[in-house]
Amino acid sequence: MTTTVERTEAVAPVSSTSDKSRAERRLGWYLAGPAFAVMLLVTAYPIVQAVFDSLFDYRLTDPQNSAFVGLGNYGVILTDSVWWTSFGVTVLITVVTVAVELVLGFALALVMLNALRGLRPVLRTVILIPYAVITVVSAFAWQFAFSVDSGFVNAWFSFLGTTADTDWFGTQGSSLFVICLAEIWKTTPFISLLLLAGLAQVPDVLQEAAKVDGATWWQRMRRVTLPNMKAAIMVAVLFRTLDAFRVFDSVFVMTAGANNTETVSFLAYRQTIERVEIGLGSAVSVLLFLSVVLISVLFIKGFKVDLSQARGE
Amino acid sequence: MSTREKVGWGIGGLVIIVYCLFPVAWIVSLSFKSSDDIANGQFLPTVFSGANYEQILVGDAAGLFLPALVNSFGICLIATFVSCLLSMFAAYAIARLDFPGKKLILSTALAVAIFPVISIVTPLFNLWRQIGLYNTWPGLIIPYLSLTLPISIWTLSAFFREIPWEMEQAAQVDGATPWQAFRKVIVPLAAPGVFTTAIIAFFLAWNDFVYGISLTSTEAARPVPAALGLFSGASQFESPNGPIAAAAVIVTIPVVLLVLLFQRRIVAGLTNGAVKG
Repeated sequence: MTTTVERTEAVAPVSSTSDKSRAERRLGWYLAGPAFAVMLLVTAYPIVQAVFDSLFDYRLTDPQNSAFVGLGNYGVILTDSVWWTSFGVTVLITVVTVAVELVLGFALALVMLNALRGLRPVLRTVILIPYAVITVVSAFAWQFAFSVDSGFVNAWFSFLGTTADTDWFGTQGSSLFVICLAEIWKTTPFISLLLLAGLAQVPDVLQEAAKVDGATWWQRMRRVTLPNMKAAIMVAVLFRTLDAFRVFDSVFVMTAGANNTETVSFLAYRQTIERVEIGLGSAVSVLLFLSVVLISVLFIKGFKVDLSQARGE
Repeated sequence: MSTREKVGWGIGGLVIIVYCLFPVAWIVSLSFKSSDDIANGQFLPTVFSGANYEQILVGDAAGLFLPALVNSFGICLIATFVSCLLSMFAAYAIARLDFPGKKLILSTALAVAIFPVISIVTPLFNLWRQIGLYNTWPGLIIPYLSLTLPISIWTLSAFFREIPWEMEQAAQVDGATPWQAFRKVIVPLAAPGVFTTAIIAFFLAWNDFVYGISLTSTEAARPVPAALGLFSGASQFESPNGPIAAAAVIVTIPVVLLVLLFQRRIVAGLTNGAVKG
């Protein structure tokens, strides 16, 4: 709320304005500085270090033979089909989950907006449960439901042709299907809450006016509701896209990357932590980071997502 | 709204309730299945059995699960506390003071929030091994700040912007000392925001898996999600699914309790910082 600040400034006597504002600046940085420094320390420093490490052929088990290879690691990765498979899988998971979540989340938001007064608090409570459940727990729940040795899905959906031995985690397609289901279940509530907040901002007057003019429900939705909450939708999509692109937990738990279900995050993990190839792993991490930056730039420049809206200014 | 519409939206509401609770109900049901029941192909157990809980709380798996639970609580609470403390000062400055760099701080918070966690893990894995922070509590608390701090700054700034700060001056005009004005007027107004921020930050830390699994190697610091991910059963002949389900239920209880108690605040906190006209 900048108004408060402006008001205090206006009240201050003109002569001491520069002194006062200088003191205010200093105080501002004293107070906000530590948080700012910690944020830089835990992200900017590691990514710089990762860029540096990525230029070396460096394996933790063999530190003596560390050698500068320039962009060699990037060459190795970008010409390897393993990278492109994991990149493709990540893009697929991201596109599918975000698209489904947007539609489903919008439906949930509409129901929450229109549900009876008595039901609303109940809905807002249960909708937080998938959000609050740990991703790993959600991944296990879905994996166990579909698995051959402990699941019920095969028995329930036998009319669709599943048998007791249908192995959902035996092929790439069906594994990714279950991974996407788990991701969608867990994160749709967050999108729906953001969209609900956006829906609540659409002025009722506009809705009423359109109704009076004889617009159908669908017309009102397309011409009044959606354009008025475009900003909320874009912010929700941007956040979820970046989040989905980092998908790791569900893949680790459900398939551990088997049957070509490895995502970019998982590839970076496997190179660094399991194979202790610090150089190659760092290069994958840097490429993942660049992908995320690229997505953000595309959204902000291409779709004109106004993040000041997100900042609450 | 016509009766038909009301019924329609009501059914929609029921669908949402089933959608949200079904997988949770399933993992609870699975956790009560005996080892003979696990593969029965049914949703519910034929006999309710507490054997899985016994195994993780007092049995063979207790040595894995209980230390992990303590680690998770300790590490997440400390990370939440530190990020709330830091972001309280930052958010106060952002909401009340006029200084250059305000935008920079908020943009940085946004950038950190969307930062791919695994990109931080790679260099930290190497560095922590060199300086002895690998597999320790501080070794997780520090990177957890990258999860909790940005959201804390955003949520808290949004809350602090809405506080009527003039009331502080009003109280002083009425004869209160600055300290009294702060304690009796500002603290009660700011406390709910800080509290909500703490809950949301705690959720994020509690949910972490990447740091937990990459930066620890033993029970000394391994948090629950990582322990769950690595748990492979008492013996290779026994399916670990039952005990994992029981452990999953136990780690879900605290977050569900927080949701039930503070639903309204959490929704406000989540949407306040993100969407506002």
